[in-house]
Amino acid sequence: MIAEFGLAALWLAAALSLLQLGFGVAALRGGEGFASSVRPIAVVQAVLVGAAFLALIQLFLRTDLSVALVAENSHSQKPLLYKFAGTWGNHEGSMLLWVTVLAIAGAAVALFERSLKERTLVATLAAQAAIGLGFYAFLLFASNPFARLNPAPPQGNGLNPLLQDPGLAFHPPTLYLGYVGISIAFSFAVGALITRDVGPAFAKAMRPWVLAAWILLTLGITAGSYWAYYELGWGGWWFWDPVENASLMPWLAATALLHSVTVLATRDGLRAWTVMLAVVAFSMSMVGTFLVRSGILTSVHSFAVDPRRGAFILILLALYIGGALILFGARVGTVKEGSTFEPVSREGALVLNNLLLCVILALVFIGTIYPLITEAFGTKLSIGPPYFNSVVGPIALALALAMAAGPLMRWRRDRLFEVVRRLALPGGLMAVALVLVFVLAPGIRVLPLLGLALAFGVGAASLAPLWKRNLRRTPLFIWGMAVSHLGIGVSLAGMAAESAFSKERLVAARLGETVSVGPYAIRFESVDPVAGPNWTAIEGKLTASRGGGSFVLRPQARMFSAPPTETSEAAIATRLDGQLYTVLGKPDGAGRWQLRLWWKPFVTLIWLGGAMVAVGGLLALIGRVRRERRARRAEEGE
Amino acid sequence: MRPWRHSIAVLLLVSTATLAQSSLPPARYANTQLEDPRQEAEAKALMETLRCLVCQGQSIADSDADLAGDMRSLVRQRIKAGERPEAIRAWLIERYGEWVSYSPPLEPLTWPLWAAPVVLLLAGLWLARGRFRLKRR
Repeated sequence: MIAEFGLAALWLAAALSLLQLGFGVAALRGGEGFASSVRPIAVVQAVLVGAAFLALIQLFLRTDLSVALVAENSHSQKPLLYKFAGTWGNHEGSMLLWVTVLAIAGAAVALFERSLKERTLVATLAAQAAIGLGFYAFLLFASNPFARLNPAPPQGNGLNPLLQDPGLAFHPPTLYLGYVGISIAFSFAVGALITRDVGPAFAKAMRPWVLAAWILLTLGITAGSYWAYYELGWGGWWFWDPVENASLMPWLAATALLHSVTVLATRDGLRAWTVMLAVVAFSMSMVGTFLVRSGILTSVHSFAVDPRRGAFILILLALYIGGALILFGARVGTVKEGSTFEPVSREGALVLNNLLLCVILALVFIGTIYPLITEAFGTKLSIGPPYFNSVVGPIALALALAMAAGPLMRWRRDRLFEVVRRLALPGGLMAVALVLVFVLAPGIRVLPLLGLALAFGVGAASLAPLWKRNLRRTPLFIWGMAVSHLGIGVSLAGMAAESAFSKERLVAARLGETVSVGPYAIRFESVDPVAGPNWTAIEGKLTASRGGGSFVLRPQARMFSAPPTETSEAAIATRLDGQLYTVLGKPDGAGRWQLRLWWKPFVTLIWLGGAMVAVGGLLALIGRVRRERRARRAEEGE
Repeated sequence: MRPWRHSIAVLLLVSTATLAQSSLPPARYANTQLEDPRQEAEAKALMETLRCLVCQGQSIADSDADLAGDMRSLVRQRIKAGERPEAIRAWLIERYGEWVSYSPPLEPLTWPLWAAPVVLLLAGLWLARGRFRLKRR
């Protein structure tokens, strides 16, 4: 019954999104009385698809094997957490999560957006419904999560053990909230194009939504990187895998959008450009969905892929992106680009930020899909870290420089000499860091060297806007900007330190042997069998000592039976100055075991920085919303 | 040189066939570093740019697959024998095609790829120039 209930709720939600679109269009064409129904419909639609999603979760919790999706992807012996999170650890479930987030985002706009003009809001919700409709069709006709299986098998196939990790409960929902939440920017842009309402007021209304999606996207990517780092067992934290790129591209576009929307809100410039970026940001989310769900590119994330489904998403993609671009082309003439700027000004720096972010975005996009193009010419090639690091790295460093200078420049017009003077301290710090690192670590490669030096410069420059201010009266969004920019510097330092100073040790060790890696001496004490809820494992006991103190690490080699897979669970010790990462490998049959040991100085800064970027975004969001509310109250009071 | 090369090829074939559960012991340098740290660094840098052919988008430097282990061993042995990394890459590409290398080659088909950063930056600057008042008032 639960499956049928879920399917019915999904159909009803789809029907309501059609109604939402129809009412929206009718209202825009001047139909009386239609406009007031659009908001409630959007909310009910979200409630229904939310109910469908809860129904699917319930089916997974119960391991109802008469449902095909559950039988294919779950197992009755699985721990409860992974029954729950396994709901979205498969194609159909993750697409249902996708439309659920889409509908919730629409409902949130319907419930909380108060500053946008009513007509533009109706157009926005109609656009959101139009996107939803296509993806409901995709679910109902090509990826029904509630399809029954008759007869029901006695046991399910189980979930890929690599996914059986608490990360699965956190990473996909957060990432999707950001990834699909950016659809709001797309719908806002389409809505404002339809009602010819692109201007500072529109930008101020859109900004909190872009910020919210961007915060979640930042968190999702950061969490995903850390998850890959500890789960895959080889100490890598970013692989330029097509799916990572698929999440990075919307983030890059959203980051550019966040900055251009500020120019539009403050100085009424970059109107057409901002609208274009809003369209591009969500287009990148849809392109990413296509790349991942079609399985057209080889990736660690490709589970249960099917070329027909790829074609379906490709058609949706062409329809939405093409439609939005045609609308943009038709209306761009009516959108004046707004005021122009002096090159040396805050706006100038923000344009540079947008330029560099978009070049990086384009390079990631080209690098990700280029293998598809060459394959059409009969050459199968791979594009990986060597390409991305060498083309993106230098531009990213230039971007970091722009980020350091931008907040120290005045709006409208500034004097180059003044800017240079304000940058003297961070610049000096950077030079000192450059020399120090070069002297202390001779033979360091160029990118890590520049990265480390820049991290110090960026860190100092990002705090400079708070200098000489009354910190208690500094607006929250200034704090947010400082914390986010500092986070980028912190993350940069982590990346550079990890790539320059990591120590690796791969050995076959006997029990009782002591191996050294970095500053640690590690004694291989014992191996013991242990058992978990749905796995058995061999657990190594390692005692790591450095100076006086010592501690124990217990890496495991796990064997899962459903499906039969071996995974390694790294044991990681976090210290203030880095992480000790240990993995137990296979025995060699002669009494020795493979050990993989890494000492990674300051590697945790990578994710700490990512979290700071998100926290800064949150501060800015709170600051903006509060200011907006105060302004509205003052207006009503008059 | 020849017979050794041949046995490696056979080894690679065998390990592909019995990928999931291999009973063969791992190759000599699959999980053992070279004694000379400079050579090991060179081997490691090369391994990070070679695709594990049976994995889903992983390099041979971070894969548990037996094939990746065999390829790591091959890379380390050749580096140890004094071969240049680019020669080893070329040898692997000859056997497995461009697919095995994460570093796209520079050839007519990939010219646009390598020209992209410069072209995009110039195009971007050209597009952005309209936003600025370049004339001094």
